[in-house]
Amino acid sequence: MTQVSFEASFQKKIDEEIMIEPQDYMPDEYRKTLIRQISQHAHSEIVGMLPEANWITRAPSLRRKAVLLAKVQDEGGHGLYLYSAAETLGITRDQMLHQLHTGAAKYSSIFNYPTITWADMGAIGWLVDGAAIMNQVPLCRTSYGPYARAMVRVCKEESFHQRQGYEIMLSLAKGTPVQKQMAQDALNRWWAPALMMFGPLDAVSPNTAKSMEWRIKRFTNDELRQRFIDVTVEQIRILGLELPDANIKWNEERGHYDSSELNWDEFWNVVKGNGPCNKERLATRVKAWEDGAWVREAASAYAEKRKTKKAA
Amino acid sequence: MSNENKEWPLWEVFIRSKAGLDHKHAGSLHAADAQMAIESARDVYTRRMEGISIWVVESKHIHASNPEEAAAFFDPAQDKIYRHPTFYNLPDELKHM
Repeated sequence: MTQVSFEASFQKKIDEEIMIEPQDYMPDEYRKTLIRQISQHAHSEIVGMLPEANWITRAPSLRRKAVLLAKVQDEGGHGLYLYSAAETLGITRDQMLHQLHTGAAKYSSIFNYPTITWADMGAIGWLVDGAAIMNQVPLCRTSYGPYARAMVRVCKEESFHQRQGYEIMLSLAKGTPVQKQMAQDALNRWWAPALMMFGPLDAVSPNTAKSMEWRIKRFTNDELRQRFIDVTVEQIRILGLELPDANIKWNEERGHYDSSELNWDEFWNVVKGNGPCNKERLATRVKAWEDGAWVREAASAYAEKRKTKKAA
Repeated sequence: MSNENKEWPLWEVFIRSKAGLDHKHAGSLHAADAQMAIESARDVYTRRMEGISIWVVESKHIHASNPEEAAAFFDPAQDKIYRHPTFYNLPDELKHM
């Protein structure tokens, strides 16, 4: 087969909803796009542990602490599923970690915002994990098999994350006026960054068209963002909190809620590394990796020693 | 900082979800040795009681059929519909078989 017919038969498979597996032919650009997307996704899970780890020792009860620990452990697991999926495309774990640690690879901008009160644990679980689920559910049917299988596993585990966050918000919203204010403040601060998690507007998103054609993505950034706004408004009402954006209004004609334009300058500024916590997050991550070096070396040395003993 | 070439080997993880079922491929992970692979597999793949038994095998030991030859390789089964029970015409009044 010529290059052209390889690509035509690849697109035909995609159009027929046949999953692509690691050893199958795929265009270089498809491979590159997937490596970028899956590794960014993995990095987001790993860096995403940091803002929440910040509150584990200060959780207000043993129940909340156990739940938060379990959630953060899940995020670590999700990172591993995704790194494994990316490795099937021919990049090594070390290469990906190197890209993360040198700042060459991106992770979700949301994790560059600080977690300053306990209510932020509620808002993150509810809004940030909620937005992630909205993104991830369609990815369970993405065209690359290992990625789709990893996402099925992730989605199964993710729904408790959102519920525990909403429960935290609910307790605070029904609590003292000060607690309710804390919940409102967290909602107000996390609302716009959570909406930005869906990525830039379709009109300026450089990768959307190709990713849709290859069925890596099933819905555009704007479609998912709108869907998230529509379901979340109702959840805010049930909490009894004020809407975080005065321009949220039901639009009968569109059948959706309207809302304010997001501050895209802020978005690009955080993507470029100038968010409130970019440097701190990366430094913490690099320190964890370097502090763990002796553990990795010791485990390798121990495995080697046992191997030689067995051989003798 | 990067630990090039010192990566722990890759292992494939298979999990039996309950007695009587096959071990099924769950995913992969890096570990220094088999013991560590099994313990990590427990932490990564069975946090919600998904398994009662784990197998791990180093990925390099797995051999696979070639996807490019799949059409020819699986061709012998293509035209043998008589291997399926629905191939046989039996009278309608025959209720149990």
